[in-house]
Amino acid sequence: MKNSGPFNITAHGDREIVVTRVFDAPRRLVFDAYTQPELLKKWLLGPDGWSMPVCEIDLRAGGKYRYVWRNDSNGREMGMGGVYREVVAPERIVATEVFDEAWYPGEAVDTIVLTERDGKTTLTQTILYNSRETRDAVLKSPMQYGMAMSYDRLEKFLPSVGREAISA
Amino acid sequence: MEQYGYAGSGVRLDATFAALADSTRRAILARLAKGEASVTDLAEPFAMSQPAISKHLKVLERAGLISRGRDAQRRPRRLEARPLREATQWLENYRQFWEAQFQRLDALLHDLQTSAGKKRGRRAGVKAGSSRARRPVRNDKPLLMTSDS
Repeated sequence: MKNSGPFNITAHGDREIVVTRVFDAPRRLVFDAYTQPELLKKWLLGPDGWSMPVCEIDLRAGGKYRYVWRNDSNGREMGMGGVYREVVAPERIVATEVFDEAWYPGEAVDTIVLTERDGKTTLTQTILYNSRETRDAVLKSPMQYGMAMSYDRLEKFLPSVGREAISA
Repeated sequence: MEQYGYAGSGVRLDATFAALADSTRRAILARLAKGEASVTDLAEPFAMSQPAISKHLKVLERAGLISRGRDAQRRPRRLEARPLREATQWLENYRQFWEAQFQRLDALLHDLQTSAGKKRGRRAGVKAGSSRARRPVRNDKPLLMTSDS
């Protein structure tokens, strides 16, 4: 597992999820990978079989961003977006996030902090939800991909069930 | 003492995470993972009064994380593994999802650094719109495992 750095996720306090991950790259590069559409489209793809056809970013406090993912086999789409509250390159980004078909109420606030040491970058991402119930619901179905994924898996599974029923 | 049916798993999970948010309570659970223990036993390693420990035990009990044994005298507490397993599983699903994204990001960062090094003798640095010059990362094939659980 080349380059796979230490990774930790915790449910923090009542309303937060905290993700920390170390990347073997300088922080300027990690910041770019998080804020430049042509780079984000290469890695923030969701589960296997999904792509990110829309990624628009107006990188400044008060600027908006918008992401849309698409399941390439069935065309199902999922969008999210929000507004940047703080942008301090290359160390800190604070933004709101709302999914188009949110399965939780209200908007979440996402804070990304990047620190660099010996050429490696530690990402600390804190997602603050508006209630504990919301936070726990998100853990239950990560970013709605979780749901979309399980539907996809169901779709894969169903034909084989059909075949068995026929051959039986 | 089966009391799992009293609320939906979402409600119980709230209680589980709240109960786990405290280091004393996590230490108590770690102790109980080795076997049941009385309140006195549990209070011993902590510089804490028995009533203070009892308070923590009450929170753990409400979350369904511990239960009381049959011995009426000692009322030993014991660990209930199921809610803990559920809470851990949810975090694990979330982790797997993000790890799949991050492994793609690892690969992208690696590519950017090697191509930047080769092409310009620079360590890093990407300007908006300059990625055309670089070899694209194979985004149709996630590099390692998927987030399938």
